Amino acid sequence: MPDTNLLSVRDLKIEATSYPPGEAPKRITIVDGVSFDLKKGKVLGLIGESGAGKSTIGLSALAYGRGGAEITGGEVKLDGTDILKLGKGGIRKLRGARICYVAQSAAAAFNPAHRLGDQVIEATVRHGLMSKAEAHKRALYLFQVLGLPNPETFGDRFPHQVSGGQLQRAMTAMALCSHPDLIIFDEPTTALDVTTQIDVLAAIKHAIEETDTAALYITHDLAVVAQISDDIMVLRHGKTVEYGSVQQIIEAPTEDYTRALVNVRQEIRHEAPDQTKALLRVDNVSAEYSNGFKVLHGVSLHLCKGQTLAIVGESGSGKSTLARVITGLLPPSEGKITFDGKPLTPSLKARPKDDLRRIQLIYQMADTAMNPRQTVRDIIGRPLTFYDGLRGAAKTARVKELLDQIEMGNGFIDRYPAELSGGQKQRVAIARALAAKPELILCDEPTSALDPLVAEGILKLLMKLQEEQKLSYVFITHDIAIVRAIADSVAVMHRGKLVRFGPKSQALSPPFDDYTDLLLKSVPEMELGWLEKVLATRRMESAGN
Amino acid sequence: MSNSAEAGGSPARSLRDRFPLAALIIERCLLSLVLLFAVSVLIFAGVEALPGDFATTYLGQSATPQAIANITAELGLDRPVTTRYFDWLGGVLQGDFGTSWASRNSVSEQVGNRLGNSLFLAGFAAIIAVPLAIGLGMLSVHFRDRMPDKIINVISLAAISLPEFFIGYLLILYFAVNFGIATFPATVYQGMGFFERIQTIALPTATLVLVVLAHMMRMTRAAILSVMSSAYMETAELKGLSSWRAIVKHAAPNALAPIINVVALNLAYLVVGVVVVEVVFVYPGMGQYMVDAVTVRDMPVVQACGLIFAAVYILLNMLADILAIIANPRLRHPR
Amino acid sequence: MRLREIPITAWIGLFGIALAVFCALFAPWIAPHGETEVVGGVWQVPDDQFFFGLDNLGRDILSRLIYGTRTTLLVALAATVISFSLGILLSFTAAVSGGLVDTLFSRFNDLMMSIPTLIFALVVLAVLPQYLFVLILVMAVLDSTRVYRLGRAVALDVAVMEFVEAAKLRGEGKVWIIFREILPNTLSPLLAEFGLRFAFAILFLSTLSFLGLGIQPPTADWGGMVKENKDGIIFGISAALVPGSAIAALCICVNLVVDWLLKRTSSLKGGRGDA
Repeated sequence: MPDTNLLSVRDLKIEATSYPPGEAPKRITIVDGVSFDLKKGKVLGLIGESGAGKSTIGLSALAYGRGGAEITGGEVKLDGTDILKLGKGGIRKLRGARICYVAQSAAAAFNPAHRLGDQVIEATVRHGLMSKAEAHKRALYLFQVLGLPNPETFGDRFPHQVSGGQLQRAMTAMALCSHPDLIIFDEPTTALDVTTQIDVLAAIKHAIEETDTAALYITHDLAVVAQISDDIMVLRHGKTVEYGSVQQIIEAPTEDYTRALVNVRQEIRHEAPDQTKALLRVDNVSAEYSNGFKVLHGVSLHLCKGQTLAIVGESGSGKSTLARVITGLLPPSEGKITFDGKPLTPSLKARPKDDLRRIQLIYQMADTAMNPRQTVRDIIGRPLTFYDGLRGAAKTARVKELLDQIEMGNGFIDRYPAELSGGQKQRVAIARALAAKPELILCDEPTSALDPLVAEGILKLLMKLQEEQKLSYVFITHDIAIVRAIADSVAVMHRGKLVRFGPKSQALSPPFDDYTDLLLKSVPEMELGWLEKVLATRRMESAGN
Repeated sequence: MSNSAEAGGSPARSLRDRFPLAALIIERCLLSLVLLFAVSVLIFAGVEALPGDFATTYLGQSATPQAIANITAELGLDRPVTTRYFDWLGGVLQGDFGTSWASRNSVSEQVGNRLGNSLFLAGFAAIIAVPLAIGLGMLSVHFRDRMPDKIINVISLAAISLPEFFIGYLLILYFAVNFGIATFPATVYQGMGFFERIQTIALPTATLVLVVLAHMMRMTRAAILSVMSSAYMETAELKGLSSWRAIVKHAAPNALAPIINVVALNLAYLVVGVVVVEVVFVYPGMGQYMVDAVTVRDMPVVQACGLIFAAVYILLNMLADILAIIANPRLRHPR
Repeated sequence: MRLREIPITAWIGLFGIALAVFCALFAPWIAPHGETEVVGGVWQVPDDQFFFGLDNLGRDILSRLIYGTRTTLLVALAATVISFSLGILLSFTAAVSGGLVDTLFSRFNDLMMSIPTLIFALVVLAVLPQYLFVLILVMAVLDSTRVYRLGRAVALDVAVMEFVEAAKLRGEGKVWIIFREILPNTLSPLLAEFGLRFAFAILFLSTLSFLGLGIQPPTADWGGMVKENKDGIIFGISAALVPGSAIAALCICVNLVVDWLLKRTSSLKGGRGDA
């Protein structure tokens, strides 16, 4: 019986025109041959990396193409009617009434000039579904359901007056206001911190159950979507990889790609024992921005030669700032840093060239970390010329040798960064660091912008290089799984303070301090019913208090 | 982005945090004052420090040393620079710009009347140009990348390439000389009736409007386009609002600040544009006064006109900034 | 980039610029009469011999126009090149150095920009002796404030990119960072700005000459020719409009090319060019 499906998508094809610089415009296919069904009151999770086409598919349920994307084939049926054939007026009646949208960045999606309450009820009132008073009552109810503070006055505030997590919930209220049949959640928690994410996630789940609406939930985090969906579709390069019930996908995936997503990262490296002589020692270091804002408060930690120190924390915890302090980009206001037994000059400008050579940095975004106007040869070759004075054939030979080490062929030597994939770019960035023959490499979330399979390859490469060349790493990340996989010692940071530091086996085992406990509990686990479990524990704890 | 407003560390909220709007406006006014002072120094010092002996310039190359000494003393050029500057500034603050070297008349008297004429001309041009430019800018956005937009783009591109005097003489040749439906030169005098005055300045006004219109329109178009491409406009569309409501309710309040900015910037541009237009139409305003003074090197007049033009320009820019500050909801409704 | 991707408007612009450059280079060979040669009556109307007629002193307008191309282009180009070098050098230095240098340069630039260019030029030219190099320098210095502002914005955009930080971490000097890391990534918007400034320099020079403060007679230049012939307008003699049209045409051509360059830039960098 086809009419039991609320939303039925068949053979969807979406294309766009891309304008590569200096070339003729060309058509690219973003989504190719995707089909799925969604029943009333159910949640379908769309999962994939950026560029997988998941947001584009979500927006197609609103018959909307973002940034020049055009739906060129297939059908999108809502209750049996193909909404792609409705025309402008017909689709407008559906949007904001029967189908609603929750954007990734609520901060940008709310109009800064109007009060939140007015924006939440606007569509419902304009579509004539409720009177203004009724809509206000509904908004108040939704604010309560979503656990917003002071629901009575919340609507009087302007978007810039509330926090990111609250905005995301307000956006959900806006979507729920008209009693829609379907809501598209487009990465609603991605921009939030893990500890905030769990509250918003719980609020969304509760609201969906309470209002019995159907939803498309788009995210790149399988563990998140496992908590909220009935079905899951895994997407890659605009095509369906696997589509099934949440149990099947999580517990019995059939495709390699899905399996890689599901598999909890295995420990690649076993913890090495702490040594008495440290390569890097950070003593009571504080730092502040030029406006006087203090970002680091008396941090002390150390790293032994040939080992990996993982620094974990949420955005704003100061973990990247610590790396900047070590490099000398932001000289510490207090404390000192010792490297290989000798104090490190605080400021970059005064630091001897050889110290600069011995400490290298790898960035999160390899895209912006490499000059787009230089070839791979120039990028890797510059440190060789700069530090060792290599030129001509000797330099080329060494560049080729480095390309070998990062498992890339010589054919890449004259390519520009734009001609490389994300993983290849990050490998070139690693080669650039290796070219300096460093002893310490600071890795600032080098894998978090990459596809999980590619990220795995980069991690393995880093571990291999560590073995071969006795490298030491400071590895900054927000991903606990990576910490478990590669670290020897762990530092947990929160609001510029070091809250926990020690060998991995100790740092990640109880008894925990409050923050580490919250952090570890907030990280979604690849396990059905994890969210309920955490919430139940929380309720018990608060009842006990 | 939402974190940027996070207060920096101190527990007690300062006055600045509680009244960001007032604080910013006061700050902006003070900045303008400082700027005005610096400009006065620059104009005075620039004239002083540059080569060329005024007394010689004033009397001509054949002057006797005795005559030069006399005139130097008479003009007070033998006193130290700082004394002369503060005397001059003190006079300026009381509305006394000194005495013209060429006519030996009080500069203030001359300037007063002419400034009024110039502002009248510029203001009248603004009244016509501002609504026209904003309207055309909106039209252009509405038909974005379609024929009307492309036509407006090409025409405005051509218009910003035309020198003011070219437009001026073109209008004179056709409307005043060939068709005889407008007056040239644009001579106005005190006690002239309002309508007669407007009729007289029709051509200079038209020239100024044409000069400033294209600029203002192009900037308005860019300002509206940047608002239209923001995420909350997408939200409005995905809420199923009509494009009319989306524009009026969601785009307009946010486009206000940038458009105000564009208008004020172009008003400042207009004030400068009058210089050339006044020369073309022999209009008795500040611009012509200044150009005449420059050709005969009548320094007190040049200094006075330079300072007044700069002051009007700075004040208009200040006004633009203040209006933009007021239009910003983040500052109107602090956390 | 292929030739056929250049839009027709840009071709028109390029052709106009090429024509002007040709006139400037070969003026003595293509001009039918001398620059200051009196060949007939005052404001003689156009005929077969004198294509645009004669000017207020009986000189051939076409010949003066061709010679005028030389002066106008040369002075405008010189002023733009100097203004650009100065503005870019200072702005990039400010952007890379940051701190006190940046603050000092930028505040001084704000001060210079708070006085309208034309007014500033009038004040300065009232005092300075009337030499060609003085005129060029005044135009260049005043215009460099605008270049500085754009240059600093563009350079800051690039300077905060991580590859510049990586170069700093490597220990590279300022010269390397400015010329090897930042400059190659800013060429496109800067090229467009160069065009804009050049068009402005032509207009500005013509305005100054028209006001009698630019190129001094009897040297032919377009703005000065308008001034010489402006009194004819009242008698319905359009001699002043010929050099005026030439200024307008050349500026339109330059702007057409700039418009195309800006569009290319914005499609490269995701819409930076529009604002």
